[in-house]
Amino acid sequence: MEPRPRSFYLLSAFFALFLVFLYGPTITIAILSFQGPQGGLTFPMRGVSLHWFRDLFEQQAVGDIWGSFRRSLVLGLMVMVTTVVVSVMGGLAFRKRFAGSTVIFYLIVTSLVIPSILVSLGVGLIFSQSGLGIHWATSGFGAQLTWTLPFGLLIMFAVFNRFDRSYEEAARDLGASPWQTIRHVVLPIIAPSLIGVALFGFTLSYDEFARTLLTAGSYNTLPLEIFGMTTNVTSPVIFALGTLTTVFSFVVIGVCLFSVWLTGRRRARRASDAGKGVA
Amino acid sequence: MTDQTLASPDTATALSTPPAKAGQSRHLTGWLLATPLVLILAAFLVLPILMIGVVSFWGTTEFSIYPAFQLDNYAFLFGSDVTYRVFFNTVKYAVITWIFTLLIGFTVAYFLAFHVRSLNWQIALFLLCTIPFWTSNIIRMISWIPFLGRNGLANSTLMSWGVIDAPLEWLLFSDFSVILAFVHLYTLFMVVPIFNTMMRIDRSLLEAAADAGATGWQTLWHVIVPLTKPGIMIGSIFVITLVMGDFITVRFMSGSQSANVGRLISNDIALLQYPSASATAVILLITVLMVIGILLRFVDILKEL
Repeated sequence: MEPRPRSFYLLSAFFALFLVFLYGPTITIAILSFQGPQGGLTFPMRGVSLHWFRDLFEQQAVGDIWGSFRRSLVLGLMVMVTTVVVSVMGGLAFRKRFAGSTVIFYLIVTSLVIPSILVSLGVGLIFSQSGLGIHWATSGFGAQLTWTLPFGLLIMFAVFNRFDRSYEEAARDLGASPWQTIRHVVLPIIAPSLIGVALFGFTLSYDEFARTLLTAGSYNTLPLEIFGMTTNVTSPVIFALGTLTTVFSFVVIGVCLFSVWLTGRRRARRASDAGKGVA
Repeated sequence: MTDQTLASPDTATALSTPPAKAGQSRHLTGWLLATPLVLILAAFLVLPILMIGVVSFWGTTEFSIYPAFQLDNYAFLFGSDVTYRVFFNTVKYAVITWIFTLLIGFTVAYFLAFHVRSLNWQIALFLLCTIPFWTSNIIRMISWIPFLGRNGLANSTLMSWGVIDAPLEWLLFSDFSVILAFVHLYTLFMVVPIFNTMMRIDRSLLEAAADAGATGWQTLWHVIVPLTKPGIMIGSIFVITLVMGDFITVRFMSGSQSANVGRLISNDIALLQYPSASATAVILLITVLMVIGILLRFVDILKEL
């Protein structure tokens, strides 16, 4: 291997700085959330304690953190399942051009680039003016889908662009019905990307703020609750909450990435008997 | 079922001129599979946009809004200096953020794609860049407070080094902190598409450039940058639309001292002035779609996936 050029070291330093920039603030609030009971929002640390974490688990003076966490969790799972199912169906639909597919494609792009507050405002207006009532599980759910679906669909488009169709042809030659081909050939092959879509669906919903703001109704989701806290909470308890939700996000991301890696490895090991599922 | 491929044995014939019947079933299957997607987008994207368009012509009393067809909201919007100032501010944020995210994003992607040699390291470092995308923006904004505040890390460090005597006031709650937060939140939207395009550049082109006597910079400028353009365009679309549509970053990081169009809308909403909020939203949407329309001329998204 040829020696590294000097630019490599410069760029490595730049990249390291970028990572510090990216993660530094998060790590800072993680440290500060262990402030002593007298500590404030900035350094220096006045002792080290779990005081602010304990505070989270006690009766809160403001808001309803655990209720909003439960709602965000349920909503995240709802959005995740819907995103995976609809994205896969959409991805399959777009493998062949059909009348109107271009229009739908531009709708997907619009959904991605439209300012979130417009979706929030529009969905909120429809639900309130039509008397349906605004609720996180109806209007909030739909508004979030306009953000998660484009990501899910773009991933599926990318996956099917690279999909080797000879597998399906082989399945058909062996007499598999279209449904059997999808169920036993296509879905297993794209399974790792489905985990990716699920990851997008859950985390983007779990952290979504703008699109939920006017569509959640009287019960807040967690990001709304946290934002509400920024205006009236001036103690490190907000850092403790921030740290906990970030850790939770990391766990979700970790589980997803690990299962992608695991399926990849299992597949590599059983490469020779791919297609056994059809029998 | 609807599948006709058994009748037309291989895909080559299906691609050239499919028989009429197969063609019909293709459209039918496509629509059946796309139905859930279309329903969701119709209910939660198209209808809301239409609703905003309609409400933008409605009237307001002090307590409620009523259906009408009047141009008052638009007349007020275009007649006010504030609108132009705020739109200018929005564009300013978008342009400055775009420049920084592009420079940083390109450099990071370039490093990952061309200087990291093992694929495993590339994937690991790339994931490290994308993980924050899956965490909360609100919390990532809050995280800047201990850094930038009056008694924050930046000020105390600079003071202990003797660079400044008094804490800098413009670090937090200023245009500076707004743009810093934008760059922090959105650079990865540049890194991902640019890295994706760079990974598909044929490495033999770089060797050819080197063999033809190009310096590193020449290769970068005349080979890599032109080939990376689609990725740059997609990243730009993300960053520009996210910044132009934002309201929460500006509100939070400027301490409510600066405004962009998103904040104009959210302020109207807070005052229950939905028609006026809708009119502003319509103008914002038209502006954003025009920008996207221009950028899309340079790139075919479907081809880049």
